[in-house]
Amino acid sequence: MTRKRRRMIFVLTGMVLLSAAVGLVLVAFEESVTFFYSPSELAAETPPLGRAFRLGGLVEEKSVKKLEDGLTVEFRITDLAESVAVRYRGILPDLFREGQGVITEGKLGADGVFAAQEVLAKHDETYMPREVADALKEAGQWRGGEAKE
Amino acid sequence: MHRFANPGRFLRIANAVLPWIAVLAAVLIGAGLYLALFVSPADYQQGDSVRIMYVHVPSAWMAMFIYTVIAAASASSLIWRHPLADLVAKASSPIGACFTFLALATGSLWGKPMWGAWWVWDARLTSVLVLFFLYLGHMALMGAFDNAARGARAAAILALVGFVNVPIIKFSVEWWSTLHQPSSVLRLDGPSIHPSMLWPLLAMGLGFKLYYLALMLVRVKSELIAARVSARASAAAEAAA
Repeated sequence: MTRKRRRMIFVLTGMVLLSAAVGLVLVAFEESVTFFYSPSELAAETPPLGRAFRLGGLVEEKSVKKLEDGLTVEFRITDLAESVAVRYRGILPDLFREGQGVITEGKLGADGVFAAQEVLAKHDETYMPREVADALKEAGQWRGGEAKE
Repeated sequence: MHRFANPGRFLRIANAVLPWIAVLAAVLIGAGLYLALFVSPADYQQGDSVRIMYVHVPSAWMAMFIYTVIAAASASSLIWRHPLADLVAKASSPIGACFTFLALATGSLWGKPMWGAWWVWDARLTSVLVLFFLYLGHMALMGAFDNAARGARAAAILALVGFVNVPIIKFSVEWWSTLHQPSSVLRLDGPSIHPSMLWPLLAMGLGFKLYYLALMLVRVKSELIAARVSARASAAAEAAA
């Protein structure tokens, strides 16, 4: 075996072992790498009351209610299987609307309502001009959320 | 690959192709920017903010591409002891660090209006920040030894160890629930981005690649010339003594 060959095997083995080690670490930390929980995951395993975590999903259609103080908003987050009621007091991001993906951070209250401290809007990986989106809707081929007014 | 490992031949080829690459890069980036800023349409959801994508996405591609080049150069330096491999790695890491910074900064400017946050600690953003630190570490380690060859060896090992981060960045948006959306261009079922927006993006992407190639060739050239000058100076000093 030449020295070059030996060095190559050494480098390759090192890389394989390292990737395996990092892979195991990532699998072990999967819980903490996950940025948010879905409503179904919440229904399956009740999180401790009073601990902050993130909840993500779609804003349920026709669920957004603005309260009388003009600042507090109530809506439901759904993953089309389960849904959770959310209350938030503050300014919502531009992309927030019914049908949009959002991630909220806060605590689950004793009344089962998620008290959000922060609301982040998630957008999907589809990019297209508005005319194309309108044409798709007209043809009944639309699969995305609501377009920005 | 082995044919280009000869410094003299490398210099001849680099000098011949450099002007072409530089002009092509300038044309592509110029045309790409014009298409991106004036011709391409506003997005149906994001409006005009989507134009940040035309700088953000190619920068992020370059951040991963240049690190892959550095890792490949480091492997060939450790295994075959190519004389040019260390120079390519050394020349590339500051450029890669700049592109990574650009991706992080433009991402932050894009995140605030769209997501509602400048920064979140999700898997995609965090792994790119780690990549930025790997670049800084690579640059620091290159210069940390009096003996340049030992510095290059240490930096090559760091580059190979850090390479595990590249697939993590790429697939982070698919493996975990992140705030960052999944890939739009490199996906199995074809791009989910309208052609009127895809072409400017691809022009910018190719322009950035050629820009990096031109910059890297210039930096390797200057390293070779500097080595030649110092070899000549020490030969002259020896002759005088």
